[in-house]
Amino acid sequence: MNKKLGHKIVHTDVLIIGGGTAGCFAAVTVSRNSSLSVVIAEKANIKRSGCLAAGVNAINAYIIEGRTPEDYVTYATEDAKGIVRRDLLLTAAERFNSVTAAMEEMGLVILKDEKGNYAARGNRNIKINGENFKPLLAKAAKEAPGVTVLNKVNMTDLIVEDNEVKGAIGFRILDEMIYEIRAGAVLMATGGAAGLYRPNNPGFSRHKMWYPPFNTGAGYAMGILSGAEMTSFEMRFIALRCKDTIAPTGTIAQGAGAKQMNSLGEDYERKYGITTSERLYGTVKENLEGRGPCYLKTSVVGEEKDEELLKAYLNMAPSQTLKWLEAGKNPSEQDVEISGTEPYIVGGHTASGYWVNTKRETTIKGLYAAGDVSGGCPQKYVTGALAEGEIAALDIISKLHKGYKESVDQSFVASKIEEYETILTGDNELFTAQELEEAMQKIMDEYAGGITAYYQFNETNLQLADEKISQLLKLWENLKARDMRELLEVYELRERLIVCKSVIAHLYHRKETRWHCFNENLDHKDTDKAYYKYVNSKMTDKTLKMIYRDIVEGAEYEHKD
Amino acid sequence: MSIRIDKDKCVGCMKCLEVCPGSLIEEKDHKAHMRYPKDCWGCVSCVKECKFSAIDFYLGADIGGNGSTMNVSIEGEILHWNVKKSDGTMITIDVNSKDSNKY
Ligand SMILES: Cc1cc2nc3c(=O)[nH]c(=O)nc-3n(C[C@H](O)[C@H](O)[C@H](O)COP(=O)(O)OP(=O)(O)OC[C@H]3O[C@@H](n4cnc5c(N)ncnc54)[C@H](O)[C@@H]3O)c2cc1C
Ligand code: SF4
Ligand code: SF4
Repeated sequence: MNKKLGHKIVHTDVLIIGGGTAGCFAAVTVSRNSSLSVVIAEKANIKRSGCLAAGVNAINAYIIEGRTPEDYVTYATEDAKGIVRRDLLLTAAERFNSVTAAMEEMGLVILKDEKGNYAARGNRNIKINGENFKPLLAKAAKEAPGVTVLNKVNMTDLIVEDNEVKGAIGFRILDEMIYEIRAGAVLMATGGAAGLYRPNNPGFSRHKMWYPPFNTGAGYAMGILSGAEMTSFEMRFIALRCKDTIAPTGTIAQGAGAKQMNSLGEDYERKYGITTSERLYGTVKENLEGRGPCYLKTSVVGEEKDEELLKAYLNMAPSQTLKWLEAGKNPSEQDVEISGTEPYIVGGHTASGYWVNTKRETTIKGLYAAGDVSGGCPQKYVTGALAEGEIAALDIISKLHKGYKESVDQSFVASKIEEYETILTGDNELFTAQELEEAMQKIMDEYAGGITAYYQFNETNLQLADEKISQLLKLWENLKARDMRELLEVYELRERLIVCKSVIAHLYHRKETRWHCFNENLDHKDTDKAYYKYVNSKMTDKTLKMIYRDIVEGAEYEHKD
Repeated sequence: MSIRIDKDKCVGCMKCLEVCPGSLIEEKDHKAHMRYPKDCWGCVSCVKECKFSAIDFYLGADIGGNGSTMNVSIEGEILHWNVKKSDGTMITIDVNSKDSNKY
């Protein structure tokens, strides 16, 4: 006998899926600029959900005095070897400073120099206290007139009819309730995907990873299943981080000036190039060639910086501070070992995500994407997520102004309800979701360029990976859950498996190595001019169709085909 | 990295359960219970939320943990980060939320 779940139907003008950085700021923008109703559906609680939970260390994307948004576009384009959407980069960069000012108004603390200007860190960063970034933003969203926040509501599927979005469906984790949310426009803001590959610490501390393990790629999966076009999933993001704690390195590298050294004490920082992927590649190479482990040389930055470094990490990655204290050695007494992380799919650092027009509308009418889930605009970081949330919100307001038609069709929703209720019929026969997740991570690690493969793969590996992930997708169909929290696990696994399939297909179709480590293709070790293109994909009739698109040159891009 | 909840100090307000970005904590006998110790991200949101210092966080042995625990008590603008080392020594670092990172 199937379990019977409660069923709530919610009507709103705008549905925002994911109350993270982009989602909360978009909600505030809609509220300030219109009288439209907004619902935020958030799987956790907007107070500390998503990337900003522990805090961030700086604003990584800011136009400092003497620089222009165009400079930013040039930098990000070079770093990604040309595979970017300059229209998206420019429109985001033009808003970096105004969204920062909006955050300062909400209470964000930003360091100022003697003249009262924001204190720059390098050419593009400013220093902040990022510990309470998210609570400040969440408070503004919660208090914004017309905004309703549904915490602990996890969305699983979009409702799309004739390529037009009509809402989404999901369930609440804390009680047995289905949420069917009908809307005039939907903003997808679920962040990127972690946990696809075997992580750095596969045992007890398996979730001590850089990207939030709770951002499982739901937004990508929902889009892929609904036939939205996606871009650049082969531009994986692999971070260079403090070993073990996987804490960010910017504060000790750019902030305190610690250099990258190998175990012989040699500075290898410039030997391999200075793009994001080359810095990582250098570290991988040094290790491969027997000169590891690699470090950030904090022992020469001076003990006067110790206290402030301990505090800075408490404001974003407290485990690193605990690690220093636990060892009884301050940063100046012990170099910090660094390592590459497992690969993530994250549109805020690299360019993977929805293929959007300049206003951030996806190829599905009425469906928008902002932040890490949205593609083509790498290195946009926290200010880019805010900027994209704002751009999407403003376009939604102008479109909904003209009115919209709600759909009444129940067939899709009914099929989903049946799916949830069938899964909730009790104990698993053989495998659990966690076991299949482990299997998935092992496959991706070994065959699709994970840590143990030094991020490398060849096409035979990828074919095997695809076959094996497809098998897991079949096994997924038999999974069962005993309660709503387990139901969440079952859907998180589905999201990851769907994203894995796309990652593998994209890696396979970029037959070159454009970025070391990010797509290190052993069958095609060099960059090939013929692949100065976007690799895109779109699901039709349950199969992924690959599309090569020419690099967009114009200032404005609109979907045509 | 994970957390440990002290049942004696817990008053069952469920603030930690609400805030956890991974929904890893559940209610059991009117107290908070860590349902998924291996799935903790170490964001310490729950530790900051608990007004009763009932939650400590620690590093797993696989990432260099040596038995120290940490919690946070918040007084106005000051966050007191309290570390109890395995030999019993206490270290407290105060961070003012109105001060920016210097690096
Ligand atoms: C550890 C870390 C440190 C960083 N440090 C910096 C820094 O110092 N400076 C900087 O500029 N940038 C930094 N970044 C990058 C920046 O924080 C992100 O790019 C940005 O916050 C992404 O915003 P987002 O809204 O796309 O995602 P998020 O803020 O992660 O929001 C996604 C939201 O969607 C929710 N969600 C996911 N799936 C579902 C679902 N199925 N249903 C409902 N809700 C769902 C999540 O719970 C979450 O709340 C950092 C990122 C990380 C991970
Ligand atoms: S916040 Fe503290 S007191 Fe409240 S339920 Fe959690 S552990 Fe218990
Ligand atoms: S530290 Fe973060 S992830 Fe871990 S239990 Fe607490 S709130 Fe959840």
